[in-house]
Amino acid sequence: MSVLVYTENWDGKFKKLSFELVSYATEVAKMLNTSVSAVSIGNVAWEELKKLGNYGASRIISIQSGHLATLDNQAYTSVIAEVSQKENATVLIFPNNNTGKAIAPRLSVKLKAGIGSGVSRLPLYTHPFTVYKRTYSGNAFAHLVINSDIRILTLAQNSFGITETPNNCVIENLSSAFDNSTGKTVLREGQKQSGKILLTDADIVVSGGRGMKSPDNWPALVELASFLGAATACTRPVSDEGWRPHEEHAGQTGKIIAPNLYIAVGISGATQHLAGISSSKCIVAINTDSNAPIFEAAQYGIVGDAMKVLPKLVAAVKEIKK
Amino acid sequence: MLPPAFYYICLSKAYLLYTAIVAIRHLLNYILENMKILVCISIVPDTTMKIRIGGDKRSIDTVGIQWIINPWDELSLTRALELKESSSGAIKSVTVIHVGTASSEPALRKALAIGADDAIRVNAEPSDAYFTAAQVAEMVSKEKFDVVLCGIESSDFNGSAVGGMIAEFLDIPSVSAVSDIKSDAGTVILTREFDGGKEEVTVPAPFVAIVQKGIAKEPRIASMRGIMNARSKPVRVAEPIAIEPLTCIAMFEKPEARPGCRFIDAENAGLLIELLHDEAKVI
Ligand SMILES: Cc1cc2nc3c(=O)[nH]c(=O)nc-3n(C[C@H](O)[C@H](O)[C@H](O)COP(=O)(O)OP(=O)(O)OC[C@H]3O[C@@H](n4cnc5c(N)ncnc54)[C@H](O)[C@@H]3O)c2cc1C
Repeated sequence: MSVLVYTENWDGKFKKLSFELVSYATEVAKMLNTSVSAVSIGNVAWEELKKLGNYGASRIISIQSGHLATLDNQAYTSVIAEVSQKENATVLIFPNNNTGKAIAPRLSVKLKAGIGSGVSRLPLYTHPFTVYKRTYSGNAFAHLVINSDIRILTLAQNSFGITETPNNCVIENLSSAFDNSTGKTVLREGQKQSGKILLTDADIVVSGGRGMKSPDNWPALVELASFLGAATACTRPVSDEGWRPHEEHAGQTGKIIAPNLYIAVGISGATQHLAGISSSKCIVAINTDSNAPIFEAAQYGIVGDAMKVLPKLVAAVKEIKK
Repeated sequence: MLPPAFYYICLSKAYLLYTAIVAIRHLLNYILENMKILVCISIVPDTTMKIRIGGDKRSIDTVGIQWIINPWDELSLTRALELKESSSGAIKSVTVIHVGTASSEPALRKALAIGADDAIRVNAEPSDAYFTAAQVAEMVSKEKFDVVLCGIESSDFNGSAVGGMIAEFLDIPSVSAVSDIKSDAGTVILTREFDGGKEEVTVPAPFVAIVQKGIAKEPRIASMRGIMNARSKPVRVAEPIAIEPLTCIAMFEKPEARPGCRFIDAENAGLLIELLHDEAKVI
């Protein structure tokens, strides 16, 4: 028996997200009296793979087949299914990001394993196996019972945190076993964002809504973000208007994020917006209207004009960073 | 001089090649001219509604709830119709499918009014993603759809699972987090998003595309004429296949209450940064 966790890499490097997943898997494995195996697909150096051991993985299965360079949902599913059978996994853990969403559901059918997606806590019980998951876009949480013998969980990002449990891990190179795994997905061209802090990775996010009035007013917000080492986000109408790129759109139909600090500037706090940000640990709101619903979700608030408040905040941040 | 048999062989080879090309082109045209798109529709509470948990704790209180087409599904239907209209006949039909009871018929009629050609309703409570996907997969294999579009999640269960499951049941390709679908000389090109970038890919049909934001700008709304036309469009009702769900909901809980907001005077805005640093310890 084992808990198998899929650790995605970005250009051969793991991110905070992968370490959080392994930390979570380690706790789940403790509940089941078993150990954690991690599976990595792609060219990841030995030193990098070893890092997974710091968070509790005891076995690391590395598949570095060139055929699998482009994500092909079908091929990845077959590879992970095979590894899962080999490792005798009873729980499989994925990130609840686009990659997890691409693979986990297919695997659910292949292994006849019930899926709990977007879980944000450890399983509530192991008999019957019950997980805690977000439903109604954050307006209710469900206790979901998974009745199958194998279970698949996708973990909401930044909901568990990272815990170090150093373990002497064994790395197994299984690349040759999958030399013939070719996918049907053909890559035409790719585009990567560079240099920017990714919204989904950021610990701090500064976000602007229609109350910012015009795209010309954004430099003040971007300045605050850069002094805080934060990513920038926005509401849907702001990205729909083309004031900001659509990757920044947070909310029900955009990105779902859970940073430690979310600063909402000129945002009313519509339910569809809150659906994407309500799991943030601390929410700050700056709005001219003291009745704006965003203040109900906020821990700290300033009633005032964004363009007057932002420069004051920048000055204060410079002060503490001294 | 070469013997006449040589010319004969050359000619017959050329002829074979010619007939093969004609056959392939026929086949290609057939696929292109008869492409059938299936759009999966989930029906959910209006996203502005307050969600109240029902007395049994296992369901939500549906009294007074307005039911709408899941936001992503509305966008994928919009894009499917745009593609059909600009395909000069290559896309034959856009069908919508929904797994649900008769109470969801008004929302399906709305999909027809927006422009879908016909609708299929699998007459069953969609108990979990596995059950729902199995029902859709069954209809896809029966009716041979070329492209299946699914939203990346439903705003009620937030499962993000049905699309991928359909593809695996059928053993066909799937592409997830698709933010653009376009057709270029008969090839369908999909743009998919991942953390930190996007890429353009192609997969052979039939396939499932799981779509997200960007796929269409605004959901299309039904015109008066669309509403009239919808009355005569067919909604076929299919009985479900027998399949056991893998999960069930034991109970619902309300989200944890927020601690309440501490207000800071705008004139003294700098204090906020001190509190975030010393009290909340987030910067
Ligand atoms: C199906 C569906 C899905 C949706 N999905 C999303 C989603 O994913 N994400 C999302 O964000 N929205 C989404 N929406 C839209 C959502 O309903 C709201 O319309 C939107 O979030 C409002 O954006 P806003 O707060 O920027 O603008 P507004 O609601 O217009 O709010 C602007 C705020 O700025 C304040 N303000 C004005 N001037 C100033 C000033 N000088 N200084 C400070 N404050 C000022 C105002 O008091 C107001 O509260 C969705 C809607 C639907 C129907």
